[in-house]
Amino acid sequence: MDEIKKGVSRRGVLKGGTALAAGLAAPTFFMRNVFGADFRNNPGDGGTVTFGFNVPQTGAYADEGADELRAYQLAVKHINGEGDGGLLNTMQPLALKGDGVLGKKVVYVTGDTQTKSDAARASAKRMIEKDGVIMYSGGSSSGVAIAQQSLAQEMGIVFMNGLTHSNDTTGKDKRRYGFRHFFNAYMSGAALGPVLESEMGKERRAYHLTADYTWGWTQEESIKNTTEGLGWQTANAVKTPLGAGDFSQYITPVLNSGADVLILNHYGKDMINSLTQAVQFGLRDKQVNGKDFQIVVPLYSRLMAQGAGENIKGIFGTTNWNWSLQDAGSQAFVKSFGQEYGFPPSQAAHTCYVQTLLYANACQMAGTFYPPEVIKALEGFEFDGMGNGKTLYRAEDHQCFKDVLVVKGNDNPTSQFDLLEVVQEVPRSQVEYDASIFGGELGPYEV
Amino acid sequence: MMSKITPQNDNVMMGLFALAILTMPIWLMPIGASYPDLMQKFAIFGIFAIGFNILFGLTGYLSFGHAAFLGVGSYTAVWSFKLLSMNVVPAVIFAVLVAGAFSFLIGFISLRRSGIYFSILTLAFAQMSYNLAYSVLTPITNGETGLQLAKSDPRIVDAMFVEVGAGIPSTNFFGIAMSGYSGFYFCAVLLIIGFYLSLRITRSPFGMMLKAIKSNQNRMSYTGLNTRPYALTAFVISGMYAGLAGSLLAVTDPLAGAERMQWTASGEVVLMTILGGVGTLLGPMLGAVIIKYFENIFSAFNESTLNNIFAFLPDGLQDVVVSVVGLFVGEGWHLTLGLLFMVIVIYLPGGLVEGAQRIRAYVLKKREKKSATSHQPQIAE
Amino acid sequence: MDTLALQLLNGLDKGGAYALIALGLTLIFGTLGVVNFAHGALFMLGAFCAVTVQKLLTISVKVKDESITFFEAYKEVPYLETWFGETGTIIIDYSVPISILLAIPIMLIIGLVMERGLIQRFYKRTHAEQILVTFGLAIVIQELVKANFGANPIPTPAPDVVAGSANIGAWLGLGNTVVYPWWRLIYLAFAAVVIAGVFSFLQFTTFGMVVRAGMQDRETVGLLGIDIQRRFSIVFGLAAVVAGLAGVMYTPILPPDYHMGMDFLVLSFVVVVVGGMGSLGGAVAAGFLLGILQSFASMNEVKSILPGIDQIIIYLVAVVILLVRPRGLLGRKGVMEN
Repeated sequence: MDEIKKGVSRRGVLKGGTALAAGLAAPTFFMRNVFGADFRNNPGDGGTVTFGFNVPQTGAYADEGADELRAYQLAVKHINGEGDGGLLNTMQPLALKGDGVLGKKVVYVTGDTQTKSDAARASAKRMIEKDGVIMYSGGSSSGVAIAQQSLAQEMGIVFMNGLTHSNDTTGKDKRRYGFRHFFNAYMSGAALGPVLESEMGKERRAYHLTADYTWGWTQEESIKNTTEGLGWQTANAVKTPLGAGDFSQYITPVLNSGADVLILNHYGKDMINSLTQAVQFGLRDKQVNGKDFQIVVPLYSRLMAQGAGENIKGIFGTTNWNWSLQDAGSQAFVKSFGQEYGFPPSQAAHTCYVQTLLYANACQMAGTFYPPEVIKALEGFEFDGMGNGKTLYRAEDHQCFKDVLVVKGNDNPTSQFDLLEVVQEVPRSQVEYDASIFGGELGPYEV
Repeated sequence: MMSKITPQNDNVMMGLFALAILTMPIWLMPIGASYPDLMQKFAIFGIFAIGFNILFGLTGYLSFGHAAFLGVGSYTAVWSFKLLSMNVVPAVIFAVLVAGAFSFLIGFISLRRSGIYFSILTLAFAQMSYNLAYSVLTPITNGETGLQLAKSDPRIVDAMFVEVGAGIPSTNFFGIAMSGYSGFYFCAVLLIIGFYLSLRITRSPFGMMLKAIKSNQNRMSYTGLNTRPYALTAFVISGMYAGLAGSLLAVTDPLAGAERMQWTASGEVVLMTILGGVGTLLGPMLGAVIIKYFENIFSAFNESTLNNIFAFLPDGLQDVVVSVVGLFVGEGWHLTLGLLFMVIVIYLPGGLVEGAQRIRAYVLKKREKKSATSHQPQIAE
Repeated sequence: MDTLALQLLNGLDKGGAYALIALGLTLIFGTLGVVNFAHGALFMLGAFCAVTVQKLLTISVKVKDESITFFEAYKEVPYLETWFGETGTIIIDYSVPISILLAIPIMLIIGLVMERGLIQRFYKRTHAEQILVTFGLAIVIQELVKANFGANPIPTPAPDVVAGSANIGAWLGLGNTVVYPWWRLIYLAFAAVVIAGVFSFLQFTTFGMVVRAGMQDRETVGLLGIDIQRRFSIVFGLAAVVAGLAGVMYTPILPPDYHMGMDFLVLSFVVVVVGGMGSLGGAVAAGFLLGILQSFASMNEVKSILPGIDQIIIYLVAVVILLVRPRGLLGRKGVMEN
């Protein structure tokens, strides 16, 4: 349905405009760029610069939001030169000096997105209009992230995406002022492919249960492409209402469908419920077509693993990062986070922490907070030592490219945090794709 | 609200109301609420609640589905921006009309029942709208992501007059961009007009008829009068207010999401109205302001803000105070809201406006005693 | 055939949950005339009784994982297991059934406290005010639970014995295609027992008779010199117990979180109204009806003809029923109509 929009060739044909606005008498207090290099929320000569952290504090993702907030606070500490410095010790190349950004101390404000687009934008606007933030960041849902990212473009304030996994975030809905470090559904599919092949073979029939909204659809599409590429058949793909709670009516048809793999394109509470119930319906113990029935959860998070308890054991999925990684960057981050809060960080915390550092570092590199220059510093920036190996912030779509982890639920956890076992670190080259396949347009630098 | 209902008093109230709204940027400053977005929300949800009160406050019909009209208004407005023009005037007009038509349809069916049956019918329609907008209607609503503007939108009318700019154009009122303070004043003017209309409706014979429906529908029917057209008119009017509010949400921030139609959003306007005072003129506005204030300001307090606020306390005490207060702000702001609902409804059954009236009555009584005049003060409603 | 049989079971199961919540709501409506928006919160509190019991039973020795130095990583070995070995493991395994015993007195007390402390002040108030106060209460309860247990769902599995599925098809001679989880069958049976229990309590005891009389005509019963008030308080406690039990038993199906009550709230109101205000039988009938219709509407065969029907079926049915039958399935005239 979005095929039409993807055509870049239509750009020149279709027109839009408000130039009307430009010429007429608009009071200066809401005009930007009145004096050349001046820009919205320019910290100017002040001693501080303000970041905004907009995370879900109420609603289903409140725990994830709380973890993100912890990571942000830690990042601010490290940027300001407090604590043990965390990833400042391992990040390369590094422009930050541990004395804030461009000599200014970083302070922050927080807000509650409630995992709702309206609330998130209201909260972001408060940060921009009242608190004067130069950058804001946060996540947990793609719809909310995309809504905030387009606001960023309208306002001319950079938005660093937290946890958002939809292809659209850096595809069809990408924006010049939005950046994503987290991976996406396409990469999940590409990374899972080879592992699924070696674990489950080439002859499988997959049954998808998909959350009925944009993120679910893009994930279903990406995973389907991969599995069908392996030679798997798709028995059926069924959409389930968001927040269905009881999924029994969608699970029972799987029982006798002849499918031998169930793919759950669900996230958060939906995934916890559907997985718990699928296991309850005995799917894990089933034999179909002479093979063991398997369940795959393409996007894993630790909180989901906690909520699903025993049911995740042996179930495959992907994740952006896991605290058990042994590289220097991951170790440094787990160490400072663990010492600060007493438990390891989640992948959401990791991506949020890294995003904050990356933004701060880009300002330092650019030598200014002026957004177009900062954006240019981030575009095409290649770095290492942040926990995912060598990583590229691709200029064309503001998507980070890095290794992706294929994980499975740990059969024999050694501790209460040891829920996911890393099966394979799929190298970056395997999950790369052409930026043009998802369409979209970044928009201008100057707004 | 005034001690007597007279045209003079109404005019005074109208004037004071307009003044209070237009000077919001000044007097909201001390409580940290004087930034454009929040004031826009005050005005917009004020319109929503005032309109809702025309139905609920006057006729007693409790709709649990008004968010659907708000959502429809938003979608219409964004489509108007996409297809026709970034000028807000057609967007607002279309939104009000479409929301009116939609509410006529739903009202026509739902008003066949009364009491809680009516409430559940409206709830059912709104939930259906929400669920469909979120999933199968995605081609129209863009589902979870919400309907957004794109650079490639046709904008037929604009395309005839202006050249394409570099980015996505912004909404404007004949050239005045509708973000920031100008957006607020646009909403504020419409709020004042909306308030004036609601005042006129309340005082009109039609308003009396609506109140009669509330107090005793049976008796009305026995007199041979068919009350349904009156109730339906009230329903459509309040639906149009909701549509206007929805369009203004899109005007100040051109994005429309399905969650605007969810039952929680319908519930919110019910809470605003009851919190402020059902059936009063100012109450709904007051309720809207309080709930939005909590949502935006209380949720933003975090530990470091609190530590700054209580920095004057000795260290040990500071930690204790911060952790206790922290329960009620930041991620705990819902708790404060819940407690507020309970306290207000337990001690001030008629909402905040009743509280104000009680104080007023108390003061008046004292004054009466002092001056020892003979006549009793008359408290209206 | 097997698909339909399975969907029927799904529907009955869902219906059981709806009916139990709706039953309590209707009891409160019918006797006290109170619109209780905190009813979902009672359901959630019931579920958290199970969580609490599980937490208590699994209080553990923490064996530190020495390989991790940055933070406290440990493997938990519950004291019950170290003390009683196998027996301890079995006790922990049965934490959900055990919590039923705990939930009954706790929910009764919560119900009575709520009624005496708050609800009784609102008998004479408008429905709008009742909604506001109970909604406020629901938020407060919810936030307190969140502050204690976090926002993430907490897994509370059923005992191992009933973790598997029953081969119903084989019993009925339908082949091996109709298998259904034991726990869901138990839930269904449990719902049936609780519903039957409530009905016989109201039908066959003097207490129940008075309550039913009170539901019909409160004033006359009062004039007969019967303290209907006290009885109604107990009814509120009873309704809380029913909601709580529904919650406890639901935990293996739906890992509980602080928000689960709100998720059920709207739905249970729809069920109550479709059943007809003040009619207990109606609430139960509507619960099962909507549960079954929801299951059937989710079938691929149905969805391919009517896309998205599973998203709206409940509300669609509610609209149709309310338009055809003005007072729901079995509602009485004049209850909550104005």
